[in-house]
Amino acid sequence: MNIENRASPSIVVVDYGMGNLRSVQKGLEKAGCRATVSSDPSRIESASGIVLPGVGAFRDCMANLVNSRLVDPVLGAIEENKPFLGICLGMQLLLAVSEEFGTHEGLGVVPGRVVRFDRNKNLKVPHMGWNRVHFSGPSPLFKGIPDASYFYFVHSYYADPDNSDVVSGWTNYGIRFCSSISTGNIFACQFHPEKSQHWGLKILENFGNIVVGQKEG
Amino acid sequence: MTGGSGELARRIIPCLDVTEGRVVKGVQFVNLIDAGDPVEIAEEYDRQGADEITFLDITASSDRREILLDVVKRTAETVFIPLTVGGGVRSLENIRELLKAGADKVSINTEAVHQPRFVREASLKFGSQCIVVAIDAKRVADPNGKPSWEVYIYGGREPAGIDAVQWARQMEEYGAGEILLTSMDRDGTRDGYDIDLTSAITETVSIPVIASGGAGTLEHLYEGLVMGGASAVLAASIFHFREFTVQETKEYLHSRDVAVRF
Repeated sequence: MNIENRASPSIVVVDYGMGNLRSVQKGLEKAGCRATVSSDPSRIESASGIVLPGVGAFRDCMANLVNSRLVDPVLGAIEENKPFLGICLGMQLLLAVSEEFGTHEGLGVVPGRVVRFDRNKNLKVPHMGWNRVHFSGPSPLFKGIPDASYFYFVHSYYADPDNSDVVSGWTNYGIRFCSSISTGNIFACQFHPEKSQHWGLKILENFGNIVVGQKEG
Repeated sequence: MTGGSGELARRIIPCLDVTEGRVVKGVQFVNLIDAGDPVEIAEEYDRQGADEITFLDITASSDRREILLDVVKRTAETVFIPLTVGGGVRSLENIRELLKAGADKVSINTEAVHQPRFVREASLKFGSQCIVVAIDAKRVADPNGKPSWEVYIYGGREPAGIDAVQWARQMEEYGAGEILLTSMDRDGTRDGYDIDLTSAITETVSIPVIASGGAGTLEHLYEGLVMGGASAVLAASIFHFREFTVQETKEYLHSRDVAVRF
């Protein structure tokens, strides 16, 4: 039983009513992880790793997280140093404040703001499609993935952390923006690994390995 | 080229016209030739390096929805690139079902014309990122020589009496995240995209536009992206009949300095 647990860590994909989580779960499974989609706080508390996905508007995501009583379990998991992966809105929610449709508070795990792409730069917004992620240094999340690989993005806002040391990847779209975060056991990507073909699946596999390593360590 | 878009790759999107769970390709929306199983074809395009897949359910009668949902579900199990599904999307419930089955975006056409409010409600409920508005446009003869296009609905069978450029702008305001623009005049002809139409729309809206209808050569795809300013090109027959693979298409575009993903 221990062997099975080691081989397939239990990852909970947090379900708070924001978008389709099936592909995130499928991607984790394809990468060899045991993944459950759940909105049950006790499942989150007992998980070895947490994935927080999210699509739509920041305000709605945060409101749903609050209404589902999932803020404390998610923050608790992060405080316990459990591996955490935020995807798209799930990354933006880590920040302190968002400027989407007024000013809204996020989880505040990462100091900084969530800001909009500047339409005046003749940019199509949302930033939709495949763009390169330039790694700012080695990260266990990017193990085995060539620098400047393409990942699938769809978003109109991006995270702007106060401390650029937490930025693990940059992407160019009008400006250079933070497309991934890595600090301690907190990982996040603005792009969708579950929609980014083989390199995306590799990220989910890497996250699974981080969770296994953590459990064994 | 779109200014300032940095390294964002232009997207190549094979489109599968699906009826009763099988892939067909319409020539000017009639004359259907069966070309295979949608899940297998989607997997093949994924292997070739397609950036997205689009399914258009061209029958979409209510009793066929279960078949479509099953196709979407099976595709999403094995294909890890974005999947757009359109055809007969009329309600928030339709959208919810498709997203739940594994679609990443849904494309709305006729119902948007009947009830523009539907697009607003859908984008508020599910987010603009998953709401594509499909516009079928046909050139209107103009004595002054200034081209204009009219929106058609019901799979291109009925004129809606709306100007396509105006309509695209309105749909952007209503929260559409993307426009799938099909030239009715060119669809199935293999004469190339209607570049005037494509650039008229890409210059009007600031959301991404997918050019569709008429691609017969790789040069046509280049024209749609570079002269038309489209963020993505959608094509069916040139891929279905294996004239070119997606990989070959990208090699060609790359050789002409268009940013594509390999």
